[in-house]
Amino acid sequence: MMQIPNDKFKVVGTHLSDTEKISKPSLSFWKDVFIRFRKNKLAVFGLILLAILIFMAIFGPYMTEYDYKMTDLTNKNQAPSAEHWFGTDDLGRDVFTRTWEGARISIFIGVAAALIDLFIGVAWGGIAGYKGGRTDELMMRGADILSGIPYLLLVILLMVVLGQSLGTMIIAMTITGWINMSRIVRGQVLMLKSQEYVLASKTLGASTSRIMSKHLIPNSMGPILVTMTLTVPSAIFTEAYLGFLGLGLTPPLASWGTMANDGLPALRYYPWRLFFPATFICLTIFAFNVVGDGLRDALDPRMRK
Amino acid sequence: MAKYIGKRLLYMLISLWLIVTATFFLMKIAPGNPFASEKKLPPEIQANLNAHFGLDKPWYQQYTDYLMNVVTWDFGPSFKYKSQTVNDLISDGFPVSFILGLEAIFLAVAFGILFGVIAALKQNKWQDYTTMAIAVLGISVPSFIMATFLQYFLAIKLGVFPVARWESFMHTILPAIALAAGPMAYIARLTRSSMLEVLANDYIKTAKAKGLSSGVITVKHAMRNALLPVVTYLGPLTAGVLTGSFVIEKIFGIPGLGFHFVTSITNRDYTVIMGVTVFYSIILLVAILLVDIAYGIIDPRIKLAGGKKGE
Repeated sequence: MMQIPNDKFKVVGTHLSDTEKISKPSLSFWKDVFIRFRKNKLAVFGLILLAILIFMAIFGPYMTEYDYKMTDLTNKNQAPSAEHWFGTDDLGRDVFTRTWEGARISIFIGVAAALIDLFIGVAWGGIAGYKGGRTDELMMRGADILSGIPYLLLVILLMVVLGQSLGTMIIAMTITGWINMSRIVRGQVLMLKSQEYVLASKTLGASTSRIMSKHLIPNSMGPILVTMTLTVPSAIFTEAYLGFLGLGLTPPLASWGTMANDGLPALRYYPWRLFFPATFICLTIFAFNVVGDGLRDALDPRMRK
Repeated sequence: MAKYIGKRLLYMLISLWLIVTATFFLMKIAPGNPFASEKKLPPEIQANLNAHFGLDKPWYQQYTDYLMNVVTWDFGPSFKYKSQTVNDLISDGFPVSFILGLEAIFLAVAFGILFGVIAALKQNKWQDYTTMAIAVLGISVPSFIMATFLQYFLAIKLGVFPVARWESFMHTILPAIALAAGPMAYIARLTRSSMLEVLANDYIKTAKAKGLSSGVITVKHAMRNALLPVVTYLGPLTAGVLTGSFVIEKIFGIPGLGFHFVTSITNRDYTVIMGVTVFYSIILLVAILLVDIAYGIIDPRIKLAGGKKGE
């Protein structure tokens, strides 16, 4: 048999040292999420829409020469025109200005409710999940019983009794609103606390609060963020619903719900008074929902291709 | 199973007791007097009225009286309409709300499942995109806005449907659609994602390999499992339809219980608000309990005795 010297051979495929090489740039978790979120066209559209809505909520009321509570009885129920872009209402107030004033209130209510839910829910769910055992049982049963109370009925009741103010509305929404968040945080903490890095941290003598704030909560941030994004539209919906029942904020404050309620009797003759607030309620809820869905998909490791 | 139901019943009773108690004390601290009117009442009449409605008793006695009344299903008189009791209002209004609610639930479930199944079978095709776009819209448009738009365009502008009131079947269509749109969208999305999950299973492949027709596979193999999550949604669906009906009945002028409830809120008719709140809470809690029990029976994989599901 003929001898073939070794130097006649040459490696054409992978070299041993190549297999160890990392060809893809390493991505942090959030970068990866961002890339996947960006691919979701609907979610990106929602985010842009949201940016526009927030921009208009901040600057919209200053774009006209009118004030949201400035009445002008000589110009009431005007159709949309160059003077009044969205027309005027039954007291001659500029609907454009009032719409963006209402956007401020709606978005404020949504964000405030989501933040309060976040604090209570993370504290309650985090403690229940981390302590486990009897504490967990007791805390979560408490949450179960509270969650049996029908949400909207409770909110209506509180608005009737405590008076129609922004504070009451936010309190009413958060009384049972935090339960969902606490359940999600508890589930996450239960899952995470048995992982090795938590054990390592414990062995190194880290205190409970440190483990919570450095390990458990940051690693649950994904589901928390999704829940928050989806709380905002439901709070905005509740505000509009209450306004529509006549339980919203009292005039001259402009909120989308009360504007829609005021516009309802005039629907036949002055449809724009209902049309504009109603459209923006839908757009805002839509934007938050789509962004929330996109975030959830982007955070879900099963969706990774 | 019996242990689970017992446990759930206990929680339900505690929730109910909390609701009744909270309602009672909230109404106690509510500002204003139920008999407040333009004219000031002479003190004797005021005292008589208080005695008649038991308002002269100490609060703890009023509270126990109220609890007893709720247990015996007596929600007391209406403060505003002297000849009417809350029970009258409920027996007048609830049948109407019940029919409207059933119609809406039927629409939501039937069309929701239909759209969801179509979207899942035609994943990433135009049918999928169209139905899911409709679903996102349905979730984003609150029922009362849907109702006013339907009323404005279909009834006032085009005159296809009656504008309001509650007389014939035609009158029920628009309110039922408005009430059903949101839940329908939600069910469609739920059905789609669970259908997709089920369709990826091996037993579907087996069924295909056996040469079964795609209709049989979809209906008999895929849908049976895919519809389980939809059953769990029936509880929240009832809640949504119930609370949605307040505004819908207001918009369409339907004389249901929701309409009475909204009127009583505007009138600050405290006993009616209390009574209807408690009544609705009972209905909701019972509905959710029934759905959970039904779910346990339908899906033997769920172990009920272990307490909460999904853990």
